[in-house]
Amino acid sequence: MSPIFQGILTIIIGVGGCIGYFYFSNLILDRVIFPARGEKAGRNINRANQVRPWLFLFPAIFALGLYLAYPVVGSFWRSLFNRSGDEFIGLGNYATLFASESFRTALFNNMLWVLFVPAASTFLGLLAAQLTDKLSWGSIAKSLIFMPMAISFVGASLIWKFVYAFDSDIGLINAIRDGLGADSAVDVLQIPFWNNFFLMVILIWVQTGFAMVILSAALRGIPEETIEAAILDGASPFQLFFKIKVPQIMGTIVVVWTTITILVLKVFDIVYTMTGGNFDTEILPSYMMKFMFRDDGQATAVAFVIMLVVLPVMIWNIVQARREMR
Amino acid sequence: MSGVTLSNVIKRYGQVQVIHGIDLEIADGEFCVFVGPSGCGKSTLLRMVAGLEETTAGRMSIGARDVTHEDPAERGVAMVFQTYALYPHMTVAENMGFGLRMNGHPKAEIREKVAEASRILKLDDYLKRKPAALSGGQRQRVAIGRAIVRGPEVFLFDEPLSNLDAELRVEMRVEIARLHKEIGATMIYVTHDQVEAMTLADKIVVLRAGRIEQVGAPLDLYRDPDNRFVAGFIGSPAMNFLEGTVRNGAVEVPALGRAVPVPVRLPPEGTTVILGLRPEHLGLVEGDESFTVELTEALGGVSYAYLVAGNGERIIVEERGDQRSRPGRRVGITFEPERAMLFDAQTELRLR
Repeated sequence: MSPIFQGILTIIIGVGGCIGYFYFSNLILDRVIFPARGEKAGRNINRANQVRPWLFLFPAIFALGLYLAYPVVGSFWRSLFNRSGDEFIGLGNYATLFASESFRTALFNNMLWVLFVPAASTFLGLLAAQLTDKLSWGSIAKSLIFMPMAISFVGASLIWKFVYAFDSDIGLINAIRDGLGADSAVDVLQIPFWNNFFLMVILIWVQTGFAMVILSAALRGIPEETIEAAILDGASPFQLFFKIKVPQIMGTIVVVWTTITILVLKVFDIVYTMTGGNFDTEILPSYMMKFMFRDDGQATAVAFVIMLVVLPVMIWNIVQARREMR
Repeated sequence: MSGVTLSNVIKRYGQVQVIHGIDLEIADGEFCVFVGPSGCGKSTLLRMVAGLEETTAGRMSIGARDVTHEDPAERGVAMVFQTYALYPHMTVAENMGFGLRMNGHPKAEIREKVAEASRILKLDDYLKRKPAALSGGQRQRVAIGRAIVRGPEVFLFDEPLSNLDAELRVEMRVEIARLHKEIGATMIYVTHDQVEAMTLADKIVVLRAGRIEQVGAPLDLYRDPDNRFVAGFIGSPAMNFLEGTVRNGAVEVPALGRAVPVPVRLPPEGTTVILGLRPEHLGLVEGDESFTVELTEALGGVSYAYLVAGNGERIIVEERGDQRSRPGRRVGITFEPERAMLFDAQTELRLR
């Protein structure tokens, strides 16, 4: 069977199955279980209407439960066992993790990422949104800033690998150093501590566009009159921005900030592609990858730590997003 | 002294000129109302006085100062917007004190001025609330309070009552009039509602298509309009206009089926003219069958009868007392010829 035919068949079965499920389950509910006739017709209609939402929600609840809820519980359970999975060791994996130097480095680096990347992306995005707002070529500038969003993290990493390259004929940084008369080239990815920030720059470069687009829309949503009133009240451009505009879009800023924070806690491709976690640049997701398939007990323990770190940020994010929608 | 003087003020957006050379003198402490239909340039003119729109040409001064190209904040004006334009993230007190805070006034002074304004506007109970927790009328009072706190030489109001419901609008109208009496500052007020203009103004400026049609006290404009536009705009319901021709020293009006001896200097024989009659100056008579009652609107004290003439022209007649005409009846109208106004059909200028 050719792959194309297989693909088409899959689509037909999938879409047809969905339609079939909703149509026939609804039909059975209305005709067989609670038929709208006989003595109890009225009661049956009410009951059918109470059941219907759950009927339609069932596939989604089932799929999410299977692929999201079950893995959470399953991972936690697996993290309580040893490397091969046949011996229960309680929180032993966690104890080992927190005792290990490399895990603490990864956790520390991850903290740096969480603090720095969302802050920088949101700030630069806000700056870009405000500066491009009234420009005639603003939309071109915005497209250019937004474009990195369309590049995969691996692709972006490859681009920045060229920027950071040791060879001054390729690497932008070393070319600039060379042009300024520096004697020898440096590998910025090997500078202790600061190499983390060189990696973060890549993610900031990608995420600034996202922040800019959302914040630009929010800035446009501010009533023009409040700005005019502030101008009449004698606010300087800086005061106008920080005391009138920013407070009015605070909700959106928080949503953008937390969305990027959650993303940061999941990113592993950049570190994996750029340094492979060497030179003390490890972060939790890439650290987890190190153990995967070699020591699943440790790997799931790391995964669980990541989830615990993401959870509060995610709840905060959802609460804020809901408030925004209201 | 802080009157406002505009001399030959012009506004252009690119090639399009929207304000065509306005000359206007507003005395210190005067309540001046700009009225006109939508798009007549009244809001633009107000925003030019505020400095929110640049003045393309001409000169603008507040008191003795030339403010034509001054920053909005330096002009000594405060503005109240139609949409209130309160800062949603600040409390009522912070909203009112924002202007002084921006200009670096000491905190004690700000608190004192905010307290004073909130006393005048009866906002004491709401000082700690955010605008979202206020009703429309309260919000507009806060917006007015914000203007008062800054102690401006000139208050600018841009249709401040348009977003309020009818009852509240009347209430706030009275409040603004009271406020003007209390602080006595120069005020410029933009509205499209001629009732607001009539009740509030010391001086009404009627604008049309970026030009001044007439300036004057409310009752002067009502009694003595310069042209058909002003006559039709001032007064509610609007003045009736009937076509006529000058014949034998009187105006022959086909809709009335008779000649009216209007006591003005008439143009030459055969000239087409427009006869203007205010609904409140008309009465209905029996016996004459030149009009048919189309419908009547009873408002309680008065009612308005909508009449249509044999030639299709329509007029409105105000009826007082308990007299109500039934739709479909045939009636005639009566009026004192001295009350009628005459306008040139071509230039629409008043014939006096």
